[in-house]
Amino acid sequence: MTYLRDVGALARKDLLLELRAKETLPAMLLFVVAMLTIFHFALPSGSSDAATLGLLWSALVLTALLGLTRAFVAEREQGMFDALVLAPCDRSAIWLGKSLSVLAFLVCAEAVALPAFALFFSGVDARTVAAVALADLGICTVGTLFGAMAVAGRARELLLPLLFLPAAIPIVVGGVGGYLWFLALYDVLFAVLAWATFEYVVAET
Amino acid sequence: MIRGHGLAKRYGDRRVFSGIDVELADDGFLLVTGPNGSGKTTLLRMLAGLAAPTTGELELPPRASIGYLAHDPLVYRELTPIENLNLFARLYRIPERGERVGMLLERFGLWEARHQRVSSFSRGMQQRLGLCRVLLHSPPLLLLDEPFNALDAEGAGLLDALLREGSRACVVATHEPGRVAHLATARLAFA
Repeated sequence: MTYLRDVGALARKDLLLELRAKETLPAMLLFVVAMLTIFHFALPSGSSDAATLGLLWSALVLTALLGLTRAFVAEREQGMFDALVLAPCDRSAIWLGKSLSVLAFLVCAEAVALPAFALFFSGVDARTVAAVALADLGICTVGTLFGAMAVAGRARELLLPLLFLPAAIPIVVGGVGGYLWFLALYDVLFAVLAWATFEYVVAET
Repeated sequence: MIRGHGLAKRYGDRRVFSGIDVELADDGFLLVTGPNGSGKTTLLRMLAGLAAPTTGELELPPRASIGYLAHDPLVYRELTPIENLNLFARLYRIPERGERVGMLLERFGLWEARHQRVSSFSRGMQQRLGLCRVLLHSPPLLLLDEPFNALDAEGAGLLDALLREGSRACVVATHEPGRVAHLATARLAFA
């Protein structure tokens, strides 16, 4: 229970920071709507549902990347990683709290993106919504781990996309194909991997 | 409290320092001096467990025993002092958080500003809040990097009083050793 309370306190802190700064979520919303608008005009009329669905997944992954690049800004700019790492709580709570806050921003962006997609292209069925929900978990768990790794690196603006986008390929494959079991497996695998390795990511050598 | 032998730190080809021995008793006071860039901050980060020595042996107390004040006060600027301290009090498992947070804010003259965002604070007020965060869990070891930076006379007086309490081990890194030289039980001078 103590672990979950730590996670809750850390996630609440991130939501409060975003509520005050209003930087990440508006940018994600604007970005995903702009992407879908561009795709709407770029795609020839009469394109298949599979093609439009592929564009939806591309937009969602890139929007998530935008959110992830902002996820550790306060920790990086204000040196807060040191203060958090020194606290005697389980360090994986930092990762899980951050993953939950990124998940909240992503869900908010998708609450706008999916109706916009339905408006521009075609309706969204329940299977796609379920796939998006499962993909969100994988995106946030693995993306937050890579975000923390990128904070410690020198070329952090380059590092996060280079790490995250290849790792997101299976998510796009599973999402476009509607393979829910595959997305669930990805979530479990990467959640365990990120939970177990975060300690080493934040420990300086 | 701390025991280190033959400590060295390198970043790639750049040697920060080498051959440092550190020993600090439970009520000891180590004064670390030296010009900017000489390795004081790196040593303090090492003693906080935030940077591993490249070579050498280092024994440190558990994380919960350490209060570390860096160059930055290590507080979230978009949160208020109360929100910052409550977050860390939660992570440090401090019982009766409200009382402890209130007492520290009173002591460092920040009670009136407890609901203002830290981003609106002067650098000196941020430093005071950083000290509150460091003291929150009553750590038996304080690691303070240039702690008098930006503090006004009143703030410096509060810090002086804290350091004179002598009930805990302290490592203070500064390029102005005059203020605390009389408290030092050991010195380490970087060239």
